[in-house]
Amino acid sequence: MNYFPEEVLEHVFDFLTSHRDRNAVSVVCKSWYTIERFSRERVFIGNCYAISPERLIERFPRIRSLTLKGMPHFADFNLVPHDWGGLVYPWIEAMAKSGVNLEELRLKRMVVSDEGLELLSRSFANFKSLVLVSCEGFTTDGLAAIASNCRFLRELDLQENEVEDHRGQWLSCFPDSCTSLISLNFACLKGEVNLAALERLVARCRNLRSLRLNHAVPLDSLQKILAQAPQLVDLGTGAFVGDQNSESYHKLQSSIQKCTSIRSLSGFLEVAPCCLDSIYAICLNLTSLNLSYAPGIHGSDLIKLIRHCRKLQRLWVLDCIGDKGLEVVASTCKELQELRVFPSDPLGVGHAAVTEEGLVAISFGCPKLHSLLYFCQQMTNAALITVAKNCPNFIRFRLCTLNPVIPDPVTSQPLDEGFGAIVQSCKGLRRLSLSGLLTDQVFLYIGMYAEQLEMLSVAFAGGTDKGMIYVLNGCKKLKKLEIRDSPYGNGGLLKDVGKYETMRSLWMSSCEVTLGGCKALAKKMPRLNVEIIDESGQIGVNPDDDRQKVEKMYLYRTLVGPRSDAPEFVWTL
Amino acid sequence: METSLVYASDDHLNLKATELRLGLPGTDEPEKQSFAFVRGSNKRASSGMDGALDAENGDKDHAPSSKAQVVGWPPVKSYRRNCFQPKKTEAEASGVFVKVRMDGAPYLRKIDLKVYNSYPELLKALENMFKCTIGGYSEREGYDGSDFAPTYEDKDGDWMLVGDVPWDMFITSCKRLRIMKGSEAKGLGVCRISQSTFTQEKEKPLGHFTKMFGS
Repeated sequence: MNYFPEEVLEHVFDFLTSHRDRNAVSVVCKSWYTIERFSRERVFIGNCYAISPERLIERFPRIRSLTLKGMPHFADFNLVPHDWGGLVYPWIEAMAKSGVNLEELRLKRMVVSDEGLELLSRSFANFKSLVLVSCEGFTTDGLAAIASNCRFLRELDLQENEVEDHRGQWLSCFPDSCTSLISLNFACLKGEVNLAALERLVARCRNLRSLRLNHAVPLDSLQKILAQAPQLVDLGTGAFVGDQNSESYHKLQSSIQKCTSIRSLSGFLEVAPCCLDSIYAICLNLTSLNLSYAPGIHGSDLIKLIRHCRKLQRLWVLDCIGDKGLEVVASTCKELQELRVFPSDPLGVGHAAVTEEGLVAISFGCPKLHSLLYFCQQMTNAALITVAKNCPNFIRFRLCTLNPVIPDPVTSQPLDEGFGAIVQSCKGLRRLSLSGLLTDQVFLYIGMYAEQLEMLSVAFAGGTDKGMIYVLNGCKKLKKLEIRDSPYGNGGLLKDVGKYETMRSLWMSSCEVTLGGCKALAKKMPRLNVEIIDESGQIGVNPDDDRQKVEKMYLYRTLVGPRSDAPEFVWTL
Repeated sequence: METSLVYASDDHLNLKATELRLGLPGTDEPEKQSFAFVRGSNKRASSGMDGALDAENGDKDHAPSSKAQVVGWPPVKSYRRNCFQPKKTEAEASGVFVKVRMDGAPYLRKIDLKVYNSYPELLKALENMFKCTIGGYSEREGYDGSDFAPTYEDKDGDWMLVGDVPWDMFITSCKRLRIMKGSEAKGLGVCRISQSTFTQEKEKPLGHFTKMFGS
C-alpha cells in the first residue's frame, strides 16, 4: 500500500470517522502513522491525564475538535473530593500558544474556569462549538465571554453543569451580528436571562435547530420564541405554567402546532398540567422525550401524554410513572430503544414506585430496547431472565436497586442468576451496572459471557477476590472498572497487573486493598498512575504502615507520569 | 452460599419485619439477624451503612429514612439531586445578614436576622451584642425612656424605627440596622425637631411616630 500517493491515503482516511478506526490505522506502518496524524482533525481523550496537551498538539497539529474527560465517574456521586483535578485551562492555554485552529471543545466532568472560557473565546477565531457536560467551576461571566467573542459560534450546549449564576446579562452579549447559532442549551442555569435579548437572538438565528431554555423563561416568552423558530427540531421548555384560558395560551397552542419539525422534547421544570394539552399536537412525531426533571407531570397526566407518543425511541422519566405507567409505555412505544427511570426521591426515602414488573412489561412491549438505566425498589431473578430473553440487544444495562444489597424478594436468593442471564443473552453488552445482593457467581458469569463489556460498575457486592479476578481475566475488552464497598483486596488487585495497561482506569473505594498492595502495583507498573485519595490524612500520618486499608484508589494508564496538579490529599505512588 | 439459607428460613420472620410497629429501631429480632447477614457478606461495612442496612433487609415495602446515610447511593448525579432539593438548600443556606452600626462603636457588626423569630429576640440579641439597654417598644412612644433606639434602613432607603411593621415584613425589607444613641434617639417620638438647639429637651412625646430625616 506504500505506493499510493499521500493524498490518496488521506482521502481514504477521510472516510474513517470513528477515532478507534483512525487509531487502528495509525499503527499499521510509519507512513500511515504520519499521514494519519497530519490529517486528524477530531481527537477523543477519555482521560485527560493519560497524555499532555503538548504531546497532543505535537502529534496532531491540525486538530480542530477535542473531546476531554476528567474526573472519574464516581465523582458524580460525591465520592471524589472537591479540587481533585481535571482542569481544562492547561489544554486551552497550550492550544492557544501553539496556534491550533480549534473549532470544537467537548468536556465531561472537568473543571472549567471563567479565565479558561475567556481565553478560549479570544484565542480561536473559528471557534464554533462548546459542549460542557457535568462540569463546574465557571460562572455566567465566562459564558458572557463566549457569547461576546466567538463570532462564528454554532453551538453552546450546557448539560447538567454546576454554574454560578451572576444573574448578569450573558445572553445579551451575543452581538446583533450573531446569526450562526444552531444549538443553544442553557437549561442548567439557575438565574434569569434577558427575555427580550433571547427572543431577538432566536429571531435572527434562522438555522437554530436545538433550543433548551431554563426555568426562568416563562410561557409567553416560549410562545414568542416558537413563533420565530418553527424549524426547531429539539426543544427544552422553561417554566410551563400559564392560564389555559388566556389569549397568550391560545397563541402558544397555534405556535406549537406550526413546529412540525420537533422530534425531541424536554424541560417542564415547572409545569401546570392543564397546559399540557398544547403539546399533544407535536407528541406524535416525538422520538425523544425527557421528563426526568418534571416531577409536576405524573399520574394520569403523564399517562395521557405518553399515549400520544407512539414513535418514541428515547424516554427519560421519573419513577412516579409506576409499573402501571410503564405498562402503558410498553403498549404505546413500540420503537423504544432507550429508557431511563430515575428516582423521584433521590434520597430513597418513602415509596419507590417501580419494581421488576414495570421492567418486564417494557421488555415484552419494546424488543428494540438497547439502553437501560433503571432505579427500582426491587428486582427478581425471574424478571431479569425474562428481560434477557425478550431483549437480547442490550448495549447498556444499568440497574440500581434503591437498597444496594437487596436479594430477590421472592426467593431470597442473590441476583447472580438474573444478571448472568443478561450477560449470556446480550452478546453486544458494552456497559453494565450491577446492584442488589451479589456473590462471586455473577462475576464468574460476567467473565465467561460478557465478551464485549467495556465498562462495569460494582457496588456493595459480596464474595471474595475471585469475583474481581473472574472479571479481569474474562473481559478482554474491559476499559473501565469501578468498584465500591466490596470485599476485594490485594489478591484481586495484584493478580494480573498487566491488565491495567489495557484499560483506561480502575476505581476502588471502601474495599480491602491496602497501602502495601497499591505500592506493590505502582512499583511493578511504571506506566500507571496509582493515586490514593487520602481525605482523612491518615495515610499522610503513617505513610509506612503498609497494612492500612486504602479508602479510595484510582489508577489509570498514562504516557506522561504522575500529574503535577495533584492536590495535597492525592498521593501518586 | 450459606447466607441464602438465613433468608430462606426467615421467610415468616420477614412478614413480621414488615409489620408497622411502634418500637425503637434495633429492638427487632429479625432486623438483628439480617444485620448479621449483611456483615457476613460484606466483609467490611463502610461507615454509615450499618444503620441503613439494618432495617432495610427485613423490610419489603418501606425505605426507612436511614437510607440517606449511605454516601452516593442511590447513584444519582449531584446536579440532579440538587435540582430536586433547591428550595431546601436555598432556604437553609442563605441567612439574612445585615450590618449593625452602634453609634460610637469603633466597628460594625453583622447579624443574621433569620436566626430570630420575633422582635423581642432580636432586641435581646442586640442588647447582648452591644451591652446596652434598649428596653421595650410601644407604638405610641417607640423606645422612649431608653438611651438607645434601634432603627433600620428599608428598601426605599428610608430610616425606620424597628418594631412598627410585622416581623416577616421587617426581615424582607431591612437592609441594615443602626442603634441610635443619646439625643437623636430620644427625639424619635417628637414631631418637631428643633435644629437650632442641641439641648436635650425633654418634650412630651406625641403619639405619632415620624421618619427620621437622614442620619
